[in-house]
Amino acid sequence: MTLIARPTNREEDWRYADAAFLSTAPIDTFDDWRTVTVAPGDVLRETVQADDAAPSAVARCRVHVGAGGRYEYFATIVSGPYRRIELEVTLEEGAHFEFGGVTLGGDNKVQEFVTRVIHAQPGATSNQVVRAVQWGKSTGNFLGRIEVVRDAQKTDAAQNFRAILLEKGASANTKPELEIFADDVKCAHGAAIGALDQTAAFYMAARGLSPEKARALLVRAFIADAFAAIDDETQRETMLEDALAHLDEGAL
Amino acid sequence: MLIIDNLHAEIDGKKILNGLSLTVNAGEVHAIMGPNGAGKSTLAYVLGGRPGYEVTEGSVMFAGQDLLAMEPHERAAVGLFLGFQYPVEIPGVSNVQFLREALNAQRIQRGEEPLTGGEFLKLAKEKAALLRMDMEMLKRQVNVGFSGGEKKRAEMVQMGILNPSLAILDETDSGLDIDALRVVGEGINAIMRAPDKAVVLITHYQRLLDYVKPDRVHILAKGRIVKSGGPELALELEREGYDEVMA
Repeated sequence: MTLIARPTNREEDWRYADAAFLSTAPIDTFDDWRTVTVAPGDVLRETVQADDAAPSAVARCRVHVGAGGRYEYFATIVSGPYRRIELEVTLEEGAHFEFGGVTLGGDNKVQEFVTRVIHAQPGATSNQVVRAVQWGKSTGNFLGRIEVVRDAQKTDAAQNFRAILLEKGASANTKPELEIFADDVKCAHGAAIGALDQTAAFYMAARGLSPEKARALLVRAFIADAFAAIDDETQRETMLEDALAHLDEGAL
Repeated sequence: MLIIDNLHAEIDGKKILNGLSLTVNAGEVHAIMGPNGAGKSTLAYVLGGRPGYEVTEGSVMFAGQDLLAMEPHERAAVGLFLGFQYPVEIPGVSNVQFLREALNAQRIQRGEEPLTGGEFLKLAKEKAALLRMDMEMLKRQVNVGFSGGEKKRAEMVQMGILNPSLAILDETDSGLDIDALRVVGEGINAIMRAPDKAVVLITHYQRLLDYVKPDRVHILAKGRIVKSGGPELALELEREGYDEVMA
């Protein structure tokens, strides 16, 4: 029997989560942990495509990456009303974590990625890119916490979040958190939230593209950043097309 | 081909065009010159249908149709091309992808068959060569990292590929060095000098008109055409300045 507390918006990690969902979902929902171990020197790539058939609204995963190993995780969230993917990744010496996430949705959907990356030993690297495309009254969130323990020198950690809000009423939140206890460390984070580039949209219209086509091209280019690190072109294109297919459903 | 009658337009409630009338026939090249703030770019944007530019009075007929009733992408499909003074960068979208999508969208709207990838590349190669542009440039992202001159040349490659019947070119000569000016001028002639096509060149200077000879020259001031003439009017302007010629 598990004994876990029901999360609330008062907790930092859950502050942007859907309040109604938090108070009504079965308590087991919040304890759906998966465990992944990447052996030293191994490479593991996991992809989650647009997830309408998602087994759980809250998917949590604890990953341990052995020395020199590499863990890659790419995911698209399109479902709602609440959908959360949470990753807690511990990196040993020289290990790498590559993460690309896309949220894409309308209505009242709340979609979020929450990551906690622990650089537990020296020389580990991580790179996280999240892109949110929201319309209606939906919300896209990225909460990224990076912890660099004492003596984890030569850590190189980067995270970048950008959101496009296609309509007034949609929103996005991001909260980078850095906790660094080593001194020879590179940590970079960037965030930007804006509307679709109207100048580019008019330029594309002036060349003959309908607003829908122009928007699809711009959104495609925008979310492509999140999957740029997928070196298999077919897989990369599949992820992109799969995500874009959900743009047609309701965006404008 | 293009009949603008008594056009009034404003941006954010500020009147910019005040009763502009202009008729351009097929086979002609018209130059529109005028001091800064006269409304030259506004005219181009109003014709292109840019959001925020509100027409309050007047009409524009293009090829027998009410241009102002059409969406911007529909105007492109019926043969209007707007050459931008500041071509826009589109990160993450390649020229080839952008132009193929644009051309095929136009073709589909006109009830024509879309081009295959191979057919499109052949066409793109041909038009790029006309502007002496490397195909490698066309594989890059739209205008990203292009110099001012490269952007203008890329605009003309786009024009060649899209093959419009009317081109409104807004200061296509700005940002060009002397060699590029000649290449662009020759490109405009090769693409647009035809009995069934027309060009409206918006420019500050005579220099582009040395290569693309205008049939008519108009001076635009305070939102309307204040003087029209033959090619000699541009020379006169260059010599004497706007104040003198308009006085």
